[in-house]
Amino acid sequence: MTGGGLPGVLWARLPYVAAVVLVAVGLFVLIDDRNLVKKVIGLNVFQTGIFLFLVASAVREGGRSPTVPAGADPTAYVNPLPQVLVLTAIVVGVSVTAVALALIVRVYESYGTLRADLVREAVADDEDREPEVDAGPEDGDGEVRTGGAR
Amino acid sequence: MPGEALLPSLVAVPLLGATVPVLLARRRERLGWPVALVVSLVHAALAAWTALVVLREGPVAAEIGGIPAPFGIALRVDALSVPFLVLVAGSGLAVLAYTRVAGPRSGPFYGLYLLLVGGLTGVCVTADAFNLYVFLEISGLASYGLVARSDRPAAAVAALQYLLVGTVGASLYLFGVGYAYVATGVLSLRGLAAGFAAAGHGSTLVVAAFVLVVVGLSVKLALFPLHVWKPDAYAVAPTGVAALLAALASTVAGYALLRLLLSAFTYETLRAVPALRWGLFLAAGASVAAGSLLAFRATEVRRLLAYSSVTQYGLAAFGLAVGTRLALVGAVIQLVGHAVMKGGLYLAVGVISARTGAETVDGYAGVAEEAPGAGAAVAVLALGMVGIPPTVGFAGKLYIAAGAFEAGLWPVAAVVLASTLLSLAYFGRLIQRLYVDSPGEFAPTGPVSTGMAATVAGAATLAVVLGLGAAGVESALGPALEGVAP
Repeated sequence: MTGGGLPGVLWARLPYVAAVVLVAVGLFVLIDDRNLVKKVIGLNVFQTGIFLFLVASAVREGGRSPTVPAGADPTAYVNPLPQVLVLTAIVVGVSVTAVALALIVRVYESYGTLRADLVREAVADDEDREPEVDAGPEDGDGEVRTGGAR
Repeated sequence: MPGEALLPSLVAVPLLGATVPVLLARRRERLGWPVALVVSLVHAALAAWTALVVLREGPVAAEIGGIPAPFGIALRVDALSVPFLVLVAGSGLAVLAYTRVAGPRSGPFYGLYLLLVGGLTGVCVTADAFNLYVFLEISGLASYGLVARSDRPAAAVAALQYLLVGTVGASLYLFGVGYAYVATGVLSLRGLAAGFAAAGHGSTLVVAAFVLVVVGLSVKLALFPLHVWKPDAYAVAPTGVAALLAALASTVAGYALLRLLLSAFTYETLRAVPALRWGLFLAAGASVAAGSLLAFRATEVRRLLAYSSVTQYGLAAFGLAVGTRLALVGAVIQLVGHAVMKGGLYLAVGVISARTGAETVDGYAGVAEEAPGAGAAVAVLALGMVGIPPTVGFAGKLYIAAGAFEAGLWPVAAVVLASTLLSLAYFGRLIQRLYVDSPGEFAPTGPVSTGMAATVAGAATLAVVLGLGAAGVESALGPALEGVAP
């Protein structure tokens, strides 16, 4: 371990500390926030922390970007593999975000609110009503929208 | 030799096939189902061929693009992957017979359907930890979309919840793979096994990787308390989707866990840090207990089935944690058997709903008179879930309990036996409603086709046949489980 006590140790590992902080903040927002869009933002921050962890693991002190000409000494470059992995993971993350936002649009159209607790209440109300009405999508739609305006 | 072409096409056929119904959707919506049928038939034939080759000649492997293992991505199918590969292909084909009339019938639906089958197949055939993550996410994205295909407004809410929880699970898995990569510098399962041995199975990085991978996959497996997405998603999804997901989604995650534990981390990790094994026991025990309790309290049949899955995957996790040869055979039989039975149960529940409109446990009173076939199927499959011989549910639990006895872990065997009594409590109630109670009023909600009835009957028959053939499964799995006994 390097000198300087705990602050010195943390400073030397700043990217990893930042990754852990991002993961924790993201998870907290995802679980704690009532707004559905902010939940998705929390998910993105959480994933970004993991991406940072992977990219940080590729760093090599004084390394250059890994476009390696034939015959060059490979130790002078940063490790390209984690960066490729993160590139793939970012693509996956973007697709997940797109699907999540599309679902949120549908939730908003049905219930007229983005607050998770109100949506949950409205769903529970629907379930109670369902046996009698056997609601098609349109019935449920119009009925709850008024309730969502509060 | 045929592996070079066979394994990549197992994944490529459904993934490429998935684009066709989407492209056709604008002009010929109705072609979605036939296209899915053709693709699934080809896929099932390839899976059967692969299974035959593997069982006859041993493991098949392929390198994508001819790049060798430390740099390229390897695909590999051995005796352990075969049951899951065949399960994915078979269920994909069988549920199609159900959805032809029951719907949904749109082109995009079948695009997602094939995407799900392709992603799950990928998980079963890959031999690379990061590639596994990509396939997990492909199948995950497809399942979120499939759950949202239901017309009910609650479907979007359930799908969103499924997405948020599922993505956290997959991301935690990716985090664990990151730790594994930092510890070893490789991503192929074989390289990871060697790297973990070199780094020391008890080293911090390896243990961190193990914990993150197991927690991440436990979300997909829906072990308690990470099960919250399951009941909502399965209750609102269209019946065919609920059946396909109940059969495959968590089962394939269970395979992934089994594969990583056997081929990458190995039981050395559990031996080096015994707390990890106790953690697995704890999660499994909590799932068995909480799943039973929640299932007992459920009023909706679809929710009851989802909670019963929490118990059943808890039992499979016990088999995994015990880790003797018998217990691992039990875990595989438990996973595959549960898939057949739970998929069949959701389809039978769909038939009952179409014929009588009954959805709740109380509403099932006297349903067997109105829908005798589906009622009998529910009864057979529910008894299979409880673990009554000669069903496959009995075989799986027997092997797990025997493995636990063999390892001297008699409390585990006691929990397995207790779980069957607990599940008898809620499945018994369902069967009592079906056969003993006097019927209320029924209102059919949809047509029941021959295909729907045949799929349900097939699942019930298979649950019994697999139970009788369990010894065959044990001998077929033999080579894959050689030398794992701790």
